[in-house]
Amino acid sequence: MDSERGLLVRLHIDPQLLSGALILCGLGLVVLYSAADQSIDVVMRQSIRMSIGIVTMLLVAQISPARLARWAPIIYLVGIGLLLAVYMFGTGRGAQRWLHLGVVQFQPSEIMKIAVPVTVAWFLFDKVLPPNLRTTIVALLLVLVPGFLIIEQPDLGTALLVMAAGLFALFFAGISWRWILSAAACGLLAAPLAWFLLHDYQRQRILTLFDPQQDPLGTGYHIIQATIAVGSGGISGKGWLNGTQSHLEFLPERATDFIFAVYCEEFGFIGVIVMLAAYALVLARGLSIAMSAQDSFGRLLAASLTMTLFIYIFVNMGMVTGQLPVVGVPLPLVSYGGTSLVTILAGLGILMSIQTHRRFIVDT
Amino acid sequence: MQKLPTLKDPNRELRIFQARIWAAIAMMVVLICTVIGRLAYLQIIEHRHFTTLSQDNRLKVLPIPPTRGLIYSRDGQILAENRPSFSLEMVPERVKDVPSALGEVANLLQLEDDETQRIIKAWERARGFDPVVVKTGLDERQVALFSVNRHRFPGFNIAARLARYYPKEAEMAHVIGYVGRINENEQRDLDATAYRGSTHIGKVGVEKAREGVLHGTVGYQQVEVNAQGRVLRIVTRVPPVPGHDIYLTLDAELQQIADQALADNNGAIVAIDPATGEILAFVSKPSFDPNLFVNGISTERYSELRESSDRPLFNRALQAQYPPGSTVKPMVALAGLEHSIRHSDDETWCPGWFSLEGDDHRYRDWLKRGHGQVDLTRSIAESCDVYYYALARDLGIARIHSMLSKFGLGRPTGIDLPGETGGLLPSAEWKRRARSLPWYPGETLITGIGQGFMLTSPLQLADATATLANRGARFAPHVVGQIEDPMAQLASEIGIHERPTLELAKASNWDAVIQGMVDVVHGASGTARRSGAGASFQFAGKTGTAQLFGIAQDETIDNDETLKHLRDHALFIAFAPVDNPEIAVAVVVENGGSGSRTAAPIARSILDYYLTGAVIAEGDSG
Repeated sequence: MDSERGLLVRLHIDPQLLSGALILCGLGLVVLYSAADQSIDVVMRQSIRMSIGIVTMLLVAQISPARLARWAPIIYLVGIGLLLAVYMFGTGRGAQRWLHLGVVQFQPSEIMKIAVPVTVAWFLFDKVLPPNLRTTIVALLLVLVPGFLIIEQPDLGTALLVMAAGLFALFFAGISWRWILSAAACGLLAAPLAWFLLHDYQRQRILTLFDPQQDPLGTGYHIIQATIAVGSGGISGKGWLNGTQSHLEFLPERATDFIFAVYCEEFGFIGVIVMLAAYALVLARGLSIAMSAQDSFGRLLAASLTMTLFIYIFVNMGMVTGQLPVVGVPLPLVSYGGTSLVTILAGLGILMSIQTHRRFIVDT
Repeated sequence: MQKLPTLKDPNRELRIFQARIWAAIAMMVVLICTVIGRLAYLQIIEHRHFTTLSQDNRLKVLPIPPTRGLIYSRDGQILAENRPSFSLEMVPERVKDVPSALGEVANLLQLEDDETQRIIKAWERARGFDPVVVKTGLDERQVALFSVNRHRFPGFNIAARLARYYPKEAEMAHVIGYVGRINENEQRDLDATAYRGSTHIGKVGVEKAREGVLHGTVGYQQVEVNAQGRVLRIVTRVPPVPGHDIYLTLDAELQQIADQALADNNGAIVAIDPATGEILAFVSKPSFDPNLFVNGISTERYSELRESSDRPLFNRALQAQYPPGSTVKPMVALAGLEHSIRHSDDETWCPGWFSLEGDDHRYRDWLKRGHGQVDLTRSIAESCDVYYYALARDLGIARIHSMLSKFGLGRPTGIDLPGETGGLLPSAEWKRRARSLPWYPGETLITGIGQGFMLTSPLQLADATATLANRGARFAPHVVGQIEDPMAQLASEIGIHERPTLELAKASNWDAVIQGMVDVVHGASGTARRSGAGASFQFAGKTGTAQLFGIAQDETIDNDETLKHLRDHALFIAFAPVDNPEIAVAVVVENGGSGSRTAAPIARSILDYYLTGAVIAEGDSG
């Protein structure tokens, strides 16, 4: 048993994270089969993406935190460069998020979901913590510059998530509660102002949250139908492949952003608890890795990556259950689609790396 | 004050970090509890309510595309309408094996290969429950053929929808443009909600420029469906709001006359009402049938249109760049008067050629034997080149540039059609910047007769002619006259937009120049006197010839012997009546030879029709 554990450590694999990820991916494929109208094709495509993601995770786990810290500023600057490129040459009039690289379309904001927390952690780890005012301001700039570029695309949802990842690193570095609370207060006061800066469609989405009937062809319809799907699932659900909301096509985006609604409808409250338990397994492991990390780089990075993952889960579930505006955040590891899947698994790979590259392993 | 610690204190950092982790855990628990609470509320407490809703959830929302606005000419003829057309649609998720079913349908209806490619692409993009158009514009035979075989194709349906139709076919194509299927790029840029249910979008011309007005607002209906998804009844219906109708400023009859007058020639005609800037006729030849594009043009026909050396898709009136030739002479003459370089009775001796001092290059006059003593009026009437060589030399390129620029030559007029090009009005500064070369005096001379670098579109020429007709007043050219809301029966005029007037120091300077233009058609020695003969109104004109190839000094080329595609372009500008102008027109006939012989009679027939209603029989001018 002991030697087996040693082997996993040498391979830089963390069994708890790996099994949590596999359980969630598996759940994802099961729901996807139902949500995609029993299309084996779609399930196969997603399985391939998942395999790519898992391999990515295992490869990222081989990179030691020290090396990651060295690469951090480079990845960050490249990411900023790509965002500027999107800003100038991106495609799409409504929202410029994609960059064409020959055949591949590519969303640089996705890189920043990892690059921002890594860079902030790298910046903070040799500073005196809790950070003084100057350190805090520089760290904030590291967060706000990519945030601003992504807002300009415009992709408010991703921008907020990228910025949250960086701000969490600051939070865990011990920035004083007084600053946090005053910033929160300023935020609340500025909220009415922000309303005027929002795009029409963003305002519409927030308004729709309060009165879904207003927009029956757009997001309001999503919310109404998703709520019905979730509620009609009941305690034990309607059973796999039996969700009427999904199969009678009432539920839009049912394989991607709204897959949680399909899950709730077919597996009920009990199923939800099972899924939350699987997420809890991953999140708890992430935090315990953060607690036992040996330097502040590993600590800050592990903690902020874990918190970011939590935020994705919370935002998606809040959106599907009609508590948060529809912002287009997929459910980590479960939603259909490749980009965010690979990013999330790469994040888990970093967690594994932090855990398995410790110099003295004192396991309890 | 306590001194801040300057050294890292690992224990303190760890303590703070651990406290933060606990704070984060607390936050996670609180947030996750709100999610669990909400789920419990929905799934346990309100379960019964939502179960009822889901069982009753037989209500579907279906978009109803709006009817596209119609386009009329100013005299009320319909130019773009919507006709019922049958199309075959496929609901992908009801089809078991899409590629093979598509193959069979393609076989049955004899679809072309690239069409199946397009359908498969559309299918991959579509959500399973959104119908994909397989084939539009089915004829009755195809409808019948499919109906008989329908049982073989579950998930395929014939839908009747309205399709755009352009009754004037090629005649109006360069103004109205056409609609076509929404392509992938357009899809990405569209407001997806507003275009749910819409399949077509304006691609060129007024259809594109006024897409926002023509499209209308999507409606929707809530329908009740049974458990299999079949529609049982319509519950509520929010009707779509049809797009607004557009009345163009173009006169359909005049357009037809102009189109016929140009006959088989390549070229362009633009007629403007000088008092308003309204475009009365806008012809570019050759043209194409816009109806071909509405239901998707086949690759073969498209490449045929694209690769034709006559370039039928090219909007010559809007985008072509021709040297204006002698049509600029009235404007150069005006510059001479304005800067007091010439008085209207100053005479220049024309021996048939002109040389700059210290240069033995002979700049030739089109009339080899020369015009003799020429004053300003005669210089325009007879189009004496030597007069303008001398005048251009005395003015210099800067002053020529300044005056022609005031007429709007060499830059877009700002007409309400997409894709207008600028052209080129050369100056010494331009040449230094664009070519990194100095300006040579000889280039000033040929600019004075509208040759050399200068390039203008027929639209710009017509606009400049309208300015001449108005003695300086300039109105922005436009093709949309009125937009009408068919629901509210409300019409809104497109306002006339006045641009800064071209003010002269002496208003009487206009008289001398315009007199010269009148003599072009009515004078005894006017270059287009044959086209002025017998007119019941007085009009003013100016011939022009755009040289395609430089001709060596001592060489002469007889146009009749030149291959047609090497011949010069023929130009003519005109306005009438002189005292109270109602119409200004620019005619360009590609490879037409001389302006007086080819272009002027065309302009005359347009003026005749517009002012008197008379139609000159074809082939009059021989």
